[in-house]
Amino acid sequence: MLGDILTVMWKDRKGLFRQRGSRTRALLTMFVPVAMVAIYFPWQMGRDWVDTYWSLIACIIVPMLLVGITIPDAIAGERERHTLPTLLASRLSDRAILFGKLALAIGYGWIATLVVLLLALVTLHIAHWEGQFMFYTPSIILVDVLFSLLMATLVASLGVLFSLRAGTVQEAQQTLMAVVMFPPLVLGVLLTFLIGQVSGIRETISNIVQSVGSTQLVLIVAAFLLLNCLLLLRAAMSGFRRSRLTLL
Amino acid sequence: MSDPAIRIENLTRDFGEVRAVDGLSLEVPAGSIFGFLGPNASGKTTTINLLLGLLEPTAGRAEVLGFDTAAQADEIRARTGALLEHDGLYEQMSAQDNLEFYGRIWRMPAAERTERIRDLLARMGVWDRREERVAKWSRGMKQKLALARALLHRPPLVFLDEPTAGLDVVSAAALRDDLAELASREGVTVFLTTHNMAEAEKLCSRVAVIRRGKLLAVGHPDQLRAQTGAPQVEVVGSGFNEKVIDLLRARPEVSSAEVHNGHLLIHLSKDVDTAPLVNLLVNAGVSVEEVRRGKASLEEVFLTLVDEER
Repeated sequence: MLGDILTVMWKDRKGLFRQRGSRTRALLTMFVPVAMVAIYFPWQMGRDWVDTYWSLIACIIVPMLLVGITIPDAIAGERERHTLPTLLASRLSDRAILFGKLALAIGYGWIATLVVLLLALVTLHIAHWEGQFMFYTPSIILVDVLFSLLMATLVASLGVLFSLRAGTVQEAQQTLMAVVMFPPLVLGVLLTFLIGQVSGIRETISNIVQSVGSTQLVLIVAAFLLLNCLLLLRAAMSGFRRSRLTLL
Repeated sequence: MSDPAIRIENLTRDFGEVRAVDGLSLEVPAGSIFGFLGPNASGKTTTINLLLGLLEPTAGRAEVLGFDTAAQADEIRARTGALLEHDGLYEQMSAQDNLEFYGRIWRMPAAERTERIRDLLARMGVWDRREERVAKWSRGMKQKLALARALLHRPPLVFLDEPTAGLDVVSAAALRDDLAELASREGVTVFLTTHNMAEAEKLCSRVAVIRRGKLLAVGHPDQLRAQTGAPQVEVVGSGFNEKVIDLLRARPEVSSAEVHNGHLLIHLSKDVDTAPLVNLLVNAGVSVEEVRRGKASLEEVFLTLVDEER
């Protein structure tokens, strides 16, 4: 099974930047905001970038963008290019195909995030050199590594679900992006509205965060993400059925 | 006698109200090239999907290489190759990488994989272009590559779904030659769907004709011709006028007569002596240069069967 997963990853890696059209353009376009995360935020934050949880921004944005662009191609791309029936007629198991595609997208998003975190350190040292080497605290780097992996897995699992059902890559991409962007957008608008309308809400939120503690809060969010990842992976596994995919 | 490569019993598949495969029963002998003929939307591709375990039957069952398609589909897919409706090639990858990918899927050892890829691409005359992206290749070359991919792991059985569809005459002939050569050299059973009768006639040792999912006939092309195809006489000469045609049509043993490309074609209702007909023509003033007896082509057999069903 592991060998089969690696084989699927080998093929998908070969095709990652070779597809002509929207995906390559989108991937290249994504490098601009990703580069901004590696330059703008550490430049603005200064030392806080490595001493507080600000670097989580990179761990949310980078996997969301990069995995969000690549994973819709996993099944919908194979279907669009008429390569899916031949792949399904091969000896590969359903899980090998699914996990191979997920693993490449997750690995790509995760490693890219870690690279961005390292590049951000370079920016920080250039912009705010204090005469000594600066690095993320152990708890922050641990949370960053965990968070970026969970975000990449969450977006990949969600994306593969849409990719299984979508007729085209574009359709899968649009649906995924809408679903991924919608909850944070609503939450942001809601919070802004509440802070403007309800007096003392900012202090209440701040008190809650302080009483829970930032580490505990991060762990709660991480547990929430993990639970969602597991549920989505399960849904993707049960959604990947040869007979269903052959009929679509 | 060896076990058949494929055994189908009353296989049925419905898509909602539509019955795509209707009580199909047949056997495909091991080592043969079996032609599965039918017009468009007759259930050929659905049958292949059922045999590969990609679809579940509504009723009936099938065995491929001794494995049940419903319960042991993984075993079947592990032992077969397929060139389906689309070539299934990764166009942005090179020809070599396409085969390399499937070689890895079939768990071929690296050395054997490399050697086999070289052998197949060289035989098909595309070895020199192995590093080009497939997108740059012609449709004929792509079909050759897809055929090579189907045969890469030396499966005992391959499914080919209209492999020459959309190819020009020269490319189709080249692909047929490659297929015939590889199939005979490697002793592989080929399940070939096509609506090209000339192709079936040239390649297949056994054919089945289906329409609307129902089996109409199965057997060797000669058998089908003998069972279904009426004998015919072709007369080369001059003086084929309406009066002569009417005289022929009045004969009980003649089912039809027509002038085609300057030749007189007489379709007989049964296998009879043609001398009285030639005498009739000569007496009617026809100048006869040559008389050829022949059997109906597979295409005519196919059309007869399909018309009868209609």
